[in-house]
Amino acid sequence: MEIMEKDVAKTATKLKTQQILEGKVLSVKWEPNLKYAWDNGPALGRYLAELKNGRIIAKKCNKCHRIMIPPRMFCELCWRPTDEWVFVKDTGIVNTWVVSYVDWKAGRLDIKGGVRPITPAVIEIDGASKGMGILHLLDEVDPWKIYRGMRVKAVWKPAEERIGAITDIKYFKPIE
Amino acid sequence: MTKRVAIIGIGTTGFRATTPDLSYRELTYEAATKAYLDAGIEPKDVDAFVSTAEDFFEGYSIADEYSPDQLGAVLKPIYTIPGDFIHSLASAYMMILSGIGDIMVVQGMSKASNMLTLSELVTFAMDPIYNRPLKESPHAVAGMEMARFMYETGTTREQCAKVVVKNKKNALTNPLAGHGVLIDPDYVLNSEIVSFPLTQMDISPHSDGAVVVVLAEEKTAKSLSDKPIWIRGIGWCSDTPGLETRNWAEAVYAQIAAEMAYKMAGIRYPRKEINFAEVNDEFSYKELQHLEAMRICKKGEAGPLTEMGGTEIDGEFPVNPSGGCLGVGNLYELNGGHKVLEVVRQLRGEAGKNQLKDVTTGIAQSWRGIPTTTGTVVILSN
Repeated sequence: MEIMEKDVAKTATKLKTQQILEGKVLSVKWEPNLKYAWDNGPALGRYLAELKNGRIIAKKCNKCHRIMIPPRMFCELCWRPTDEWVFVKDTGIVNTWVVSYVDWKAGRLDIKGGVRPITPAVIEIDGASKGMGILHLLDEVDPWKIYRGMRVKAVWKPAEERIGAITDIKYFKPIE
Repeated sequence: MTKRVAIIGIGTTGFRATTPDLSYRELTYEAATKAYLDAGIEPKDVDAFVSTAEDFFEGYSIADEYSPDQLGAVLKPIYTIPGDFIHSLASAYMMILSGIGDIMVVQGMSKASNMLTLSELVTFAMDPIYNRPLKESPHAVAGMEMARFMYETGTTREQCAKVVVKNKKNALTNPLAGHGVLIDPDYVLNSEIVSFPLTQMDISPHSDGAVVVVLAEEKTAKSLSDKPIWIRGIGWCSDTPGLETRNWAEAVYAQIAAEMAYKMAGIRYPRKEINFAEVNDEFSYKELQHLEAMRICKKGEAGPLTEMGGTEIDGEFPVNPSGGCLGVGNLYELNGGHKVLEVVRQLRGEAGKNQLKDVTTGIAQSWRGIPTTTGTVVILSN
């Protein structure tokens, strides 16, 4: 059982790692094995299948006329089934973004050592209704030169590497 | 005088072992659409919504945030109860009594087929210091309870097996149920041992599905529905969680929850004043244990009554005419929702081939499964 100094330092009594390793403090460690499958259903299922094909598909509600991504089988605002499937473009504009110095596990990136900050963004997709978009990553751009409304395009993985996942798009990069 | 509250709409997908074609969103959307149609309402008429979800069952942290869309509850008052469906029902009931609104919606959903490490997930519910290091199967907890219940009441394995036979038979004529089959008691007794005396056939298989229920205050209920089903009493209770100190023979949580509901309903003799029950039978012996806890049977009487056919659809006190968890499937936090749904169908006369004759009052009881000691009860009348 591996005990990290940083974990021990968080305990209220300020234990020393050595005290635990020497068995002077009782401890229990449990790693849960929780595995799930998430059935996607027809809407997300088709969305992912089309990502594998290198395309982004949306679904339209003929009452509020919204073209929605990710697609859904029912319109949550009109409370009715959605209508046609509509392909949208793989281009769009940056709605909001961030220059992140930490990774998803809250670990610090070695920015001073030359690591590029991570730049998550919400991209409003061309062809979808206003406000409808994809949460993804920006790359091939200076993090400090990103701006609101910047035009971007998806950079896809090669077809043989795509599996039907949101990561089939590697990131979005600026165009023009 | 206290306001009266009725169930005026029910909707469900039905229950089956897997639902690979649908996500949880479409399951709930189907149940909600049917419930609103049944009640003659639209989501805009609803004052507040209560959903039921356990993060570890859904595989999402803060799973409640994923509730609104498929209920038509976007930008409306909604919260989630991480308990049994009947806890949510109680919460919605109290909102109507306290004047927050006249129409409330309660939702529950099971995607049990998506939990791939179910046994380890349940083990994770046990105490990390006292219990988990022993690495015992959660079914050992059920087996030990079954053993102690049998010892103190004189209940036999054959009587428990009869519960399985009855419920799986009832499920065959319930189109909503997914685990109906005709078997004899020997099949149960000789099935693979899990934690003796508990065998594989004593354990409910799991199911997926969704239930949505619409509640309304008396005036609204009468204007919208010609078959309102009234909430007469509701109760809930939890015993100590300790596996070391709990009562292993009696379901005290069910007893106290039932007494709370009986008091509210003005019921003194449940066996006489209630016509039938949908009780938690996640494990065969639980049906018998719960009947005794709720004073529907005396201690040690539920087994013999079952053996003589007294709890069959045509028996003197039908129990789980729907097929129960054993015949419909274990639905986890939705278990109470299924029980409520089936009691309402019976009281409306909509239970098809499983319809009981001349029923006016039914009781729905649920339990949160191992290793919990939490139970819920609701009494409904037409």
